[in-house]
Amino acid sequence: MAAPELTTPRQRPANLRTLGRTQRWGWMYQRISGVILIALIFTHLFVNLMVGDGVSQIDFAFVAGKWADPLWQWWDFAMLVLAMTHGTNGMRILVDDYARRPWLRATLQWALLITMVVIIVLGSLVIWTFDACPLDSSGDLMPGVPSFCESVV
Amino acid sequence: MWMWVVHRTTGVAIFFFLVIHVIDTSLVRVSPEAYNLIIGHYKSPIFGIVEAGLVGAIILHAFNGLRVIAVDRWNWALRHQRMLVWIVWGIFAVLMAGFLPRHLMNVFGGAH
Repeated sequence: MAAPELTTPRQRPANLRTLGRTQRWGWMYQRISGVILIALIFTHLFVNLMVGDGVSQIDFAFVAGKWADPLWQWWDFAMLVLAMTHGTNGMRILVDDYARRPWLRATLQWALLITMVVIIVLGSLVIWTFDACPLDSSGDLMPGVPSFCESVV
Repeated sequence: MWMWVVHRTTGVAIFFFLVIHVIDTSLVRVSPEAYNLIIGHYKSPIFGIVEAGLVGAIILHAFNGLRVIAVDRWNWALRHQRMLVWIVWGIFAVLMAGFLPRHLMNVFGGAH
């Protein structure tokens, strides 16, 4: 009696997971960036709103004082990039859920992507080209600069 | 179910604030006076209250986000997810109780 013919093993389904590869990474990214953002943003809120005079101390000189330290420049840069990508990724999920018409969905997704790029570029330029002691057209210090500018000029 | 609504609503609100916040901060590249003028609005009573709401939204979104991660990751958290919702609201209450008096004093002038 001949041995029964072996059938080829059943093919495993190509994708056993509920989400595709891109979506799965989007999900992972949302979690990792979210956890980092908790540390970054709560420190940001504590330093700017709780320490000293809170919101009433915030003016140009306050920003200049913080960004004189590269630590705060990098801090704010990390916050900008992570928050904008986390937020855009979240909004992308909402658009996917609620914008049913293909043209509307495509328009909103593009609008989100463009907003994200513009805001990250704008914010990065502001952080890295910041001038604590700007001069007006006649070469004098602009009003409102921090007091340490007097000794610099 | 309700926390899902809370998570989405606070997320959208924070997103739009973030875009506005980067734009208003970019005024430091225009002139100190332009920045001080606009940031001055943040210190007004109305915006001070909006800001308190924003901080509350961030607290809820942050700790509910941690709850979502925990429920997804550990069976223990999945079994106790209802209790974790109460913990999120508890943390929210404690942090807001610490933040609100200080912030409102700063906004309404009592702190200086």
